[in-house]
Amino acid sequence: MTDTSNDTGVQTPPAAKGPVARFLQATELDTRLLGMIGALALIWVGFHMYGALVNGFGAFLTPRNLWNLSVQTSSIGIMACGMVLVIVTRHIDLSVGSLLGFCAIVMGVTQVWFLPQIVGLEHWSIWIIAVIVGLITGTIVGAFHGYLIAYMQIPAFIVTLGGLLVWRGAAFLVARGETISPVDSTFRLLGGTPEGAVGATGSWIIGIIAAAIVVGLVFAGRTQRKKHGFAQRPMWADTFIAAIGAGAVIGAVLLVNAYPWPRGVVRRYAAAEGIEIPEGGLFISHGFAIPVLILLAVAIVMTLVMSRTRFGRYVYAIGGNPEAASLAGINTKWMTVKIFALMGFLTGLSASVASARLGSATNALGTLDELYVIAAAVIGGTSLAGGVGTIYGAILGAFVMQSLQTGMVLIGFDAAIQQVVVGSVLVLAVYLDNLYRRASK
Amino acid sequence: MSIDHTTDRESKIDRTGTPLVDMRDICISFGGVHAVDHVSVDLYPGEVVGLLGHNGAGKSTLIKILSGAYGMDSGEIYVNGEKATITNPRDARSYNIETIYQTLALADNLDAASNLFLGRELVSSVGFVDDDAMEAETRKIMARLNPNFKKFKDPVSALSGGQRQSVAIARAVYFNARILIMDEPTAALGPHETQMVSELIQQLKADGIGIFLISHDIHDVMELCDRASVMKNGKLVGTVDVADVTDDDLLGMIILGKKPGESE
Repeated sequence: MTDTSNDTGVQTPPAAKGPVARFLQATELDTRLLGMIGALALIWVGFHMYGALVNGFGAFLTPRNLWNLSVQTSSIGIMACGMVLVIVTRHIDLSVGSLLGFCAIVMGVTQVWFLPQIVGLEHWSIWIIAVIVGLITGTIVGAFHGYLIAYMQIPAFIVTLGGLLVWRGAAFLVARGETISPVDSTFRLLGGTPEGAVGATGSWIIGIIAAAIVVGLVFAGRTQRKKHGFAQRPMWADTFIAAIGAGAVIGAVLLVNAYPWPRGVVRRYAAAEGIEIPEGGLFISHGFAIPVLILLAVAIVMTLVMSRTRFGRYVYAIGGNPEAASLAGINTKWMTVKIFALMGFLTGLSASVASARLGSATNALGTLDELYVIAAAVIGGTSLAGGVGTIYGAILGAFVMQSLQTGMVLIGFDAAIQQVVVGSVLVLAVYLDNLYRRASK
Repeated sequence: MSIDHTTDRESKIDRTGTPLVDMRDICISFGGVHAVDHVSVDLYPGEVVGLLGHNGAGKSTLIKILSGAYGMDSGEIYVNGEKATITNPRDARSYNIETIYQTLALADNLDAASNLFLGRELVSSVGFVDDDAMEAETRKIMARLNPNFKKFKDPVSALSGGQRQSVAIARAVYFNARILIMDEPTAALGPHETQMVSELIQQLKADGIGIFLISHDIHDVMELCDRASVMKNGKLVGTVDVADVTDDDLLGMIILGKKPGESE
């Protein structure tokens, strides 16, 4: 390890550092990430303690609340992954909330008005076709925004501000303002009802595979560093990271499996399956909710895209210096179209989750979501000046926002106070991030 | 790149063969202003041609046509005697034309390796960018160009002016440039780093690379270049052999727009 101190540009000899600094250097953990996780933990414990002390019942740190929190974060989290790319390239997208409503209405109309007449009610293909239609709608609208921004050179702020009005109005026009329900029952599973979760066994399978991948990645990294003759992290640091990663996955499985189906759902299920409910009730675990798994899949794919593909590299390069990117032969205009198309695709995906969760499609779905999505990305460390931002940060940001809202509902604060707090936290988070960046320079 | 310090200022450049680059009758205008107006320049292997002129004389614009940043309105470019079509920076790179821009054109938020390979990333068999391989290559070329360079993990915004310059130079040299364009390469550098750039130019010359050197500094041009082409108001004043002229002759060309010997 000693021979790397020159390479990393760190002047202080290792011996002069405290144990924490040495630990951070050895594990190469992102201190920003640790800070965000710390802030999230503080919020969770704070709300729980407040509930326990003032209301006599701490409702926050319960499997039930955390499971619901994860489901409620999914819709915003999915869109926040796309917003990172948009903001990193120095653009903004104000239209995602309205576009979500529009996609939801289009999907609603497809599966409630059109498809049953063609393939019959509750046909197995309905949900698939509906989702595909929603994804295509979002992608086309997003690509169109990107085209206007890149090739017509209209600022993204204006294009998407227009989009905010246009798509909300279009959503109304498509369905003449009607609420479209009920949506297809398989489609509903995407929203994360008790049935819309993968159960205890499914969660264990997913958890064990994920844990194995975490461990595998850490040690594959060791092999890779060895191949190029780069300095290795100490073995204990790699082991520690692998253990923490795998431990977090297993912990999440235990948590979601600790939350049982409500009694009413169990009774219905037992009646339908002809199972006798034993004395003391039947314990059926939720397991991971499907929308949460969708969010995780999006997060993993997008992280790979951003850190391991040319596309992701170009996103950062354009954000850092658009002219340099262009001189390096990157087609920045076409990149902008692709980035906004991706944002639209993720908005369509998020619309599936949101309208499935609601069980219907309304033209008001997603109202103000654009602000929460932007706030999630920014709280997660995405810089509006461009060039900086991570997917995991945006998802953590979405969790912070949702935790604040859920927490205040649980301890009985009303909507007005919620708005005041969430707004203030947004500003405070960006201020703290600025301080951190200046200090780490 | 063998280090060969035969000062070929005296050993004349052989200009009997095919020029590396021959830009003929190039025109480009922006909103009615003729930024480059029927300009022809050429460049032979192992030669350094200086482009001189005031701000706004059109020298950077001319060179941006060669590097693919601008598309010309009319004119022809020949590379190694064959007609070349250059409409974007990728085209230029495919002709082994590399450019070191005055602004360096670095993405400040990326590290040295990402900048060096920007637009030409090394990818693994599954198509993912191979950061480790790129860092290893960057370490190799930096060991040659600037052995003091150690900050491989930091974004280039954390580097000094000279270090940033060496990243920009490494980017041009790594990909086996045959034709190198240097736009004010020493404008932001201290004396030591300027010396480094001069030595590098000598090395590259010895390898038979042709260099267009844009400069404000007549002394730079007198010292480093074999020929100088002077531009004024978008037009070519003339191209002279540096050995045949004095500083004052060049200055006269820049300011008055007249070749030495022409009547006032």
